[in-house]
Amino acid sequence: MEVDSPARETLSGIRTMTIEAYADTILPGEKRFPGDVAVAGASPGPGAAVCGAVELLELTGSGLAPTLDALVDALNDHAQQYAAARCLRLDPGLPAFVALAFEDRTVLVRTLTAPEHPERQLWVGLAMFSYMAFDSAAHRNTADAFAAGHPGLTFLGFRRPGPDGLYRFPRFSYGRQLAGTHPRTTQTGDPA
Amino acid sequence: MTDVEQADIVVVGSGFGGAIPAYHLAAGGARVVVLERGPWLTAPEFDHDFLLGTSSTRIFDFVVGDGMSILGGNCVGGGSVVYFATMPRAPRFVFERRGSIGRRMWPRSIARDTLDPWYDRVCEALPVTTVPWDQVPYAGGLWASACAHASRTANPTPVAVDTGLCTNCNWMMSGCRFDAKRSLLLNYLPAALAHGAEIRPLHEVQELTRNHDGGYRVHYRVVDGEDYRVLHGSGAIDAKLVVLAAGTGATPVILRRSEGALGPMPHAVGRYFSGNGERLNTAVFDEDRVRDVLGLDRGDGTAYRAYQIGRGPAVASWDRLDGSLPEFERFSLEQLYFPPGLGTILAQVPGVSTDASWFGATKKEMLRQWQSWLTVFTMSEDDNEGVFGPPPETGNATRLSQQMLGFGPLRYRPTANTLRGWSLADAEVKDILERDGLARVAPWTNDVIGAYTVHPLSSCRIGDDPATSALDDRHELRDHPGIFVTDGSAVPGALTVNPALTIAALAERAVPGIVRAAQERGMAVRYGAPSPDGATSGRRATANVV
Repeated sequence: MEVDSPARETLSGIRTMTIEAYADTILPGEKRFPGDVAVAGASPGPGAAVCGAVELLELTGSGLAPTLDALVDALNDHAQQYAAARCLRLDPGLPAFVALAFEDRTVLVRTLTAPEHPERQLWVGLAMFSYMAFDSAAHRNTADAFAAGHPGLTFLGFRRPGPDGLYRFPRFSYGRQLAGTHPRTTQTGDPA
Repeated sequence: MTDVEQADIVVVGSGFGGAIPAYHLAAGGARVVVLERGPWLTAPEFDHDFLLGTSSTRIFDFVVGDGMSILGGNCVGGGSVVYFATMPRAPRFVFERRGSIGRRMWPRSIARDTLDPWYDRVCEALPVTTVPWDQVPYAGGLWASACAHASRTANPTPVAVDTGLCTNCNWMMSGCRFDAKRSLLLNYLPAALAHGAEIRPLHEVQELTRNHDGGYRVHYRVVDGEDYRVLHGSGAIDAKLVVLAAGTGATPVILRRSEGALGPMPHAVGRYFSGNGERLNTAVFDEDRVRDVLGLDRGDGTAYRAYQIGRGPAVASWDRLDGSLPEFERFSLEQLYFPPGLGTILAQVPGVSTDASWFGATKKEMLRQWQSWLTVFTMSEDDNEGVFGPPPETGNATRLSQQMLGFGPLRYRPTANTLRGWSLADAEVKDILERDGLARVAPWTNDVIGAYTVHPLSSCRIGDDPATSALDDRHELRDHPGIFVTDGSAVPGALTVNPALTIAALAERAVPGIVRAAQERGMAVRYGAPSPDGATSGRRATANVV
């Protein structure tokens, strides 16, 4: 049952670009292609954008899908206000948040997610899904994500499942006592 | 509304607080219906998969409140299906706690000695065992070794896990694929079914009303099996008694929503919530120092790099569970695994002083060392400072995502007492783990979603004082005879250890009183069923205290 399918992205690509820029501020990565403006290139290796943040957020079940356009508008409004307050000149051909330098994106995200900000739940939610795209590929079956070489799972060093898609670690223990136990431990192995 | 059905006893919720009374009451001859708002999954459906919509989001709930977020089970079997099965008994001093009310929080009739026979019953039923050192996964061994290096002790924790079946996959929060975890799906619930109890998944109880005969009508909505934001039909069941065990985050919400029909609730319903004083620290280990200082080697030249391997917590340090220390300064420190997703975002970069080190380039680099992480779980004595606001329209949260994620009415502002305990625990973790350059460690941020707990407690608690407890010491709701509450909400305060065994033991202890109440209402119910698998030593041990 679909109650929250997202509106279709417009030809302008503003929504995708803006969300990617937000996700890239949370977990930044290297530019994906020459002229990549959404990804700031602030960190070598993959970031949340290339890991599928937009794909995850547009999933029906995420809950944010129907509000993405409104979120993007609000984020770009915040970016305009941020730039105006600091007399920054933004490229008029880009969404305002995308036009900000990485450091300014970071300061703005810090403000939006701070405990006192009235919209923080929205921006924290967007950050949470950015993380989930990067470190757990929550828009893909985990086995499929590995088969496709998901860069975030690889970056973490998360181990692959077995051929049946399940995890088993037959070697798991140092195999010896590594600390003295509490002197008042009870016979049942509990604290006294 | 469909026709109203009839039962002797309706049990709301199928976690420890629901499954245990459901079994004993059904075995004793009552017609029992269990209403569970989550789905009913079994081992083959417990996925090793992070995809939204697989078992990890179907059976788990993450409710964000104002200053406190709760993680809990949402399925048949409740918390027992998603928990890490760590089952220590609460230390003796816990039962003498006074909190901020200036007098004993627990009923006079309950202390460690009087609860031990009930602990024994649960330990026999699940069963609970202590893990030998050669079954302790690498992460637990690392924590133990670091504790020993810092002249602390460390104990393998009692667990409800069959280590012979366990693959150390660390997917316990998605349910156990191998039935190694001894959840309620393997003992109390099948035994309840065998005695004729009926379990209905995806039935979310909304409110209770009172019938003329002194019984109650339990009103529910049917939850969509895929999108939990969608509610289908409604229904009601009349019962002579109600056992409410919807979970600490839901039980007070149902009762508050029922106030219009039932009349005023005791003051303590929806107050005195405790997050079990929980707090997390994440350490990033220096693999070379682990090898050189602690002498650890996995046998292939790797010192550790095994955060992913294991079964949640296996080793705890109990040095600070010392009854001679002042209240609010006692805590246990337990090694823990937290999967990616929820388990990474709140970790902060050690040694970075910016006010938001939970995201950005440096944080991403911390993720590169994820296999060298170790999470240390503090369970301390908080101040019962959580208060529930007005109930949402349905359920206990306004759901954002189709599963798992929602916003609830809980407000929590940690007092100076709670903050002192956390600060002492953080310092202890740092002292143990940063010694000789073993690791760098930082607490999880509370600025993003507030504090968080996987062990919510006390929102409808037992006690002797009507002003500060919602239930009497038999778990009956004050001024509302015939409603019993047996889940984590009944526990008076933080336990300094994992609470599942205590919740279960209290539920076992409450059953004889519920049976007596049923008998007084004319039901032909007896008390005295053996352990779910037929064992009887626990029953014998409690025979003289019933």
